[in-house]
Amino acid sequence: MSEQLEIRDLEVSIGSKKILKGVSLTVNQGEVHALMGPNGSGKTSLAYTLMGHPDYHVDAGSVTWKGENLLKLTPDKRARLRVFLAFQYPSVIPGVTVASFLRNIYNAVHHPQQPSPEEAGKMPRYTGIPLAKFRKLLADKMALLKMDPAFASRYVNEGFSGGEKKRLEMLQMAILDPQMAILDETDSGLDIDALRNVAEGINATLSPEMGVLMITHYQRMLNYVTPQFVHVLLDGRIVMSGGEELSHQLEANGYDWVRQQVGLPEGVTDQAAEPEPVGQHA
Amino acid sequence: MALPNPALSQIPDSYKYGWHDEEMKPLHVMKKGLNAQVVEEISRIKHEPEWMTKLRLKAYRHFEARPLPMWGGDLSAIDFQDIYYYVTATDKAVQSWDDVPDYIRRTYDKLGIPEAEKKYLAGVGGQYDSEVVYHNIREDLEKQGVLFLGTDEGLQRYPEIFREYFGTVIPANDNKLAALNTAVWSGGSFIYVPKGVHVELPLQAYFRINTENMGQFERTLIIADEGSSVHYVEGCTAPTYSTASLHSAVVEIIVKKGARVRYTTIQNWSANVYNLVTKRSTVEGDGVMEWVDCNLGSKLTMKYPSIYLLGERAHGEVLSIAFAADGQHQDAGGKIIHAAPNTTSLITSKSISQGEGRTSYRGLVKVYPGCKKAKSTVRCDALLLSDEARSDTYPYMEIDEEDVTIGHEATVSKVGSEQLFYLMSRGLSEAEAAGMIVNGFIEPIVKELPMEYAVEMNRLIQLSMEGAVG
Repeated sequence: MSEQLEIRDLEVSIGSKKILKGVSLTVNQGEVHALMGPNGSGKTSLAYTLMGHPDYHVDAGSVTWKGENLLKLTPDKRARLRVFLAFQYPSVIPGVTVASFLRNIYNAVHHPQQPSPEEAGKMPRYTGIPLAKFRKLLADKMALLKMDPAFASRYVNEGFSGGEKKRLEMLQMAILDPQMAILDETDSGLDIDALRNVAEGINATLSPEMGVLMITHYQRMLNYVTPQFVHVLLDGRIVMSGGEELSHQLEANGYDWVRQQVGLPEGVTDQAAEPEPVGQHA
Repeated sequence: MALPNPALSQIPDSYKYGWHDEEMKPLHVMKKGLNAQVVEEISRIKHEPEWMTKLRLKAYRHFEARPLPMWGGDLSAIDFQDIYYYVTATDKAVQSWDDVPDYIRRTYDKLGIPEAEKKYLAGVGGQYDSEVVYHNIREDLEKQGVLFLGTDEGLQRYPEIFREYFGTVIPANDNKLAALNTAVWSGGSFIYVPKGVHVELPLQAYFRINTENMGQFERTLIIADEGSSVHYVEGCTAPTYSTASLHSAVVEIIVKKGARVRYTTIQNWSANVYNLVTKRSTVEGDGVMEWVDCNLGSKLTMKYPSIYLLGERAHGEVLSIAFAADGQHQDAGGKIIHAAPNTTSLITSKSISQGEGRTSYRGLVKVYPGCKKAKSTVRCDALLLSDEARSDTYPYMEIDEEDVTIGHEATVSKVGSEQLFYLMSRGLSEAEAAGMIVNGFIEPIVKELPMEYAVEMNRLIQLSMEGAVG
């Protein structure tokens, strides 16, 4: 069966503020979709809702993945169904090395602890990937992404540059090997070299089994990673969809052109509609 | 036991091995409570020399005269007349496994502690069968001239060296609780490392487990002679169950010229215990003293390992982890006294408060006049796991010399919902995510622990998280 992510009439609010006002989108296995839109259009809210952030309240609609109601699952259970979100602002985890972190999350997704009935309530015996095997996997993936092995012994995102943070997100994606990948503004805050670098990482990680939803503000990322489908999110709704050529039209004409096309007044976007995630370590 | 325990020497052989026989009456059952007769009786039972009896009595008078400390935690609930001050090993074994609270037994199960060890930790077993391992280590040490034995045996077998050092770092008229310990002490470790000898493996109290070792009023004395080095490890991460509500130990350490001592403690007392411990060391020129102090559990812990830097270029470090679960108070920290020029010190404190748990960092850095180029850095970080958790910092500085470099940094952070979401989006459960954050937080200190303790520590933190979330 072909895996697909199916979003139907999704309405989401944060606090009393309605952010997504009825979003529908289907991503099939092997497809790359780009979701474009100006700041505050609800792009990150959609990403967080798909991953299960507790602050985002689903008012209506449904999201199914592999035939399961994704919305009733906690984020960790979604991750074990091989859904992955590359964060725009990844958290710092002081004192935890990249290598140890990656091994833990690899085990969480690929070897979830399932204690037998007689072990219920006890600390489960360790059933994860053997250390030597994991080291090999990590070395391979870091080579694939052209990363310095010394990277693995740094603490997760502590003192990382913007580009390093995004590369660690790509390394996590490569290690976890998701079936549905949501990339939230993976191109933001990168200079042109870092962008190429990260984009090459994405291309190296993509597989024909993977569905991809690439969220971006600008067209520039799409020069490296080519989508088959492009959608425009404006004020909490997908107002326009097309092929790759749509991204070029957007680049040339801007989002006001979209507003004219769909009959929206110019610049209605509420910049405050999508708050920056709190508690970030810049 | 291979080592004769003086307290047991008068017990008939037939009895020694019948520790679980409840029909046998223990030989030395003292009444609860404390007076001069009790102190004298303890000394008499142990066949101690007169000077020790007198020292105990002097300390007892001091204990009587001193008021309870009014700072730190609340000690008002301790009833000093409702405590047994001397119990032989046999007395301790009369308790039955069935009396150990369920929550303690469950934790042992979860940690996968072997049966024999469980009973020891819970205070119901006679001894844990580690005799062979211990014996081999002891032979090695003997060849090097290292003394490593119980403190009571140390007094009996090496009276001169014992008397030369005992009570010199923490005298009989020190604080009230230390005075109490001097009056009624039993058990603990006595270690002497000769000049220039480096003890390669950590000496572990674990290997000489007997019921006296982790008693209520144990007394440890370590002397590292010139140019020697030793690492001593006490305790374990599994919760140590005690029906006695007061644990008041004293540890004295003498670091001679150019010697190096590390003293690592991992304690996890059950939630009924007042853990009031005095630990102090003196360090001569070019010597190094390191306290690595991990406190989990207990109702209230008050413990501030101290280092007196007495010679030039002496260095002292206190690395402290305090974990206060719901309802617990960890009042911990360190004291460094710079009493010579060019001395250096570092205090690193990491505290974690969970539920309504409370941690306090309480520390003192003192520099005497004339101690030029003294250097000290204090860093305390607190991590709060709930809105109700509390953390306070009391960093005292008494700097009476101008030519010094003193640094102090303190941070308080909360486990944030964004951090948890990030980790959960990678497949970790909420408890696993919180455990990872806490383990990362204490990592700079845990990496200083011997491997097996570090692993246990991480698992224990994980276990505490599972109890607290979901």
